[in-house]
Amino acid sequence: MAVNNIFGLFAHSPLKPLQQHSDKVTECCSFLVQFFEYTFENDWQHAEQMRQQISEAERQADSLKREIRLKLPRGLFMPIDRTDLLELVTQQDKLANYAKDIAGRMIGRQFSFPAEMQDEFMRYVCRSLDATVQAHKVINEMDELLETGFKGRELTFVNNMIQALDDIEDDTDQMQIKLRLMLRGVEDRYNPIDVMFLYKILEWIGVLADQAQRVGSRIELMLARS
Amino acid sequence: MEIIQEYGTLLVIITAAFGFFMAFGVGANDVSNAMGTSVGSGTITAKQAIIIAMIFESAGAYLAGGEVTETIKSGVINTVEYAATPEILALGMMAALFSSGLWLLIASKMGWPVSTTHTIIGAIIGFACVTVGPHSVDWGSIRNIIGSWFITPVLAGIVAYGIFFSTQKLIFDTEKPLHNAQKYGPYYMGVTILILCIVTMTKGLKHVGLHLSGLETTVISLSISAVSVVLSRFYFRSRIFRHTMRSGTFGAVEKIFSILMLLTACAMAFAHGSNDVANAIGPVSAVVSIVDHQGQIIANSPLAWWILPLGAAGIALGLIVMGYKVMATIGTGITDLTPSRGFAAQFATATTVVLASGTGLPISTTQTLVGAILGIGFARGIAALNLTVIRNIVASWIITLPAGALFAILIYYVLSAIFI
Repeated sequence: MAVNNIFGLFAHSPLKPLQQHSDKVTECCSFLVQFFEYTFENDWQHAEQMRQQISEAERQADSLKREIRLKLPRGLFMPIDRTDLLELVTQQDKLANYAKDIAGRMIGRQFSFPAEMQDEFMRYVCRSLDATVQAHKVINEMDELLETGFKGRELTFVNNMIQALDDIEDDTDQMQIKLRLMLRGVEDRYNPIDVMFLYKILEWIGVLADQAQRVGSRIELMLARS
Repeated sequence: MEIIQEYGTLLVIITAAFGFFMAFGVGANDVSNAMGTSVGSGTITAKQAIIIAMIFESAGAYLAGGEVTETIKSGVINTVEYAATPEILALGMMAALFSSGLWLLIASKMGWPVSTTHTIIGAIIGFACVTVGPHSVDWGSIRNIIGSWFITPVLAGIVAYGIFFSTQKLIFDTEKPLHNAQKYGPYYMGVTILILCIVTMTKGLKHVGLHLSGLETTVISLSISAVSVVLSRFYFRSRIFRHTMRSGTFGAVEKIFSILMLLTACAMAFAHGSNDVANAIGPVSAVVSIVDHQGQIIANSPLAWWILPLGAAGIALGLIVMGYKVMATIGTGITDLTPSRGFAAQFATATTVVLASGTGLPISTTQTLVGAILGIGFARGIAALNLTVIRNIVASWIITLPAGALFAILIYYVLSAIFI
């Protein structure tokens, strides 16, 4: 017997896959720490293994993204706007893409930061990754937001979290400025192309935090439209 | 006339069988509506759901089923038109019963969520049109019935929205959601039980021989609900209950709501039983009344004692045979529906159905529940609703009236070929 009931009315929640995607993307970015550790030691073989892990996580995130898009037909009645949700997934997915790009470029050039910059650089990477983790936390609050009908205290709470995400991004900007100055101090010792490359990498790590902030502002927009 | 005298007992037996078939369809078809949300959110198992549904559906059918029966029996068509030819009315009612049962079976096989109420009304209109003619149909009361189909989903939607909004304000959107859930949960329980009590007492207890005045009803209902408030208050704070709570900010709150949801599920099963059993037993009681009075058609004849239990038993059997599979499917399907939403939707549905059957209007439980769920959707409480499914549901509502009528006409001709 075909199931004859009105429970066909309930479509699958898009929030769960969104959170899974966020899980994957955050995991993908977090590999960067280990990856840079290996590059500091000039252990390019292990670094390559890490790059492959990042690449694999990025691929999985991609397929989750595709799944979300396919599961969001037009006829759904949701508390959040469909286009907002799709845009959020796109922005979130870019985090994984950037992580993959950064690892790919480092491997391609096989050149890492000078020893005196490594500690400061690591702090910078970690701070950028903090931004992705914070974005992930915001996504994980979606369940609670749904419980409260996207209103009230929980909404304020989430908005504060997004505010914190902005603060983290500000931090990374400051750190980037500091690191660029440090690099400028030692740049005469290196091949100009290598130095240009390192400037680029600094920029890209910053882009990671920027992107996490963009995810946050997408959520902010999504919530503000109510 | 001779037919009634000659085949009277046979007619009653066949009608009873048809009525049982129809009640079976009612039980099988709508079972998921009442208990589905509780099973879906993991509050109870499929087996427990069947047992609870059986108890409350039969109780509702037996205790509060009388009112709507009258509407189905004599509200849809003007039975006076059949005074000279009571056998036609009897055969027509039998045809209506059998065709409705058949249509429900087909719809169940095809997976269409049709309304048992619409089916039987369509069938009755169908045979009335081909026998005496369209003028015998009481179009005024049909208009009321159809009007109620539009009003009840809206009403249920508004009630659900209100309940959902109040749970947000009182519990979810507060500093200490759990504390407030323990504080206000008992009152939600009290209101649910109050409504249940009032309805059972004002409508039901006549059948079992208890006659209570309005004041007595109010006092007894209020005291029962007050007792339930106190008891649930202790229960929500007891160690046994805390032990079963899930973790998370709203996990424990939802646990309280799952208890409330179970209660509203019982109320819904009761409401469904009281409203939809009439679809099956209304025509049976019409036929029995004709046969008992030797072909005289009496407008407000009392219900024969065995008819309500027959309907209740049919519903119960339908639940057991078909219900388990449906429940099991739901149990694995919808986990996105949290108990607080389930509670709001079911509370609204039960209240609306119960109020509507108090006025004697036969309404569709399915429609009412859809209205309630949409109401919560508008309050941004549900992650995703499938609007295309709503379109299908509405389409099946529209097609059911003519389909029921067509089947009834065909079967009426078959029956009249046999008996007349």
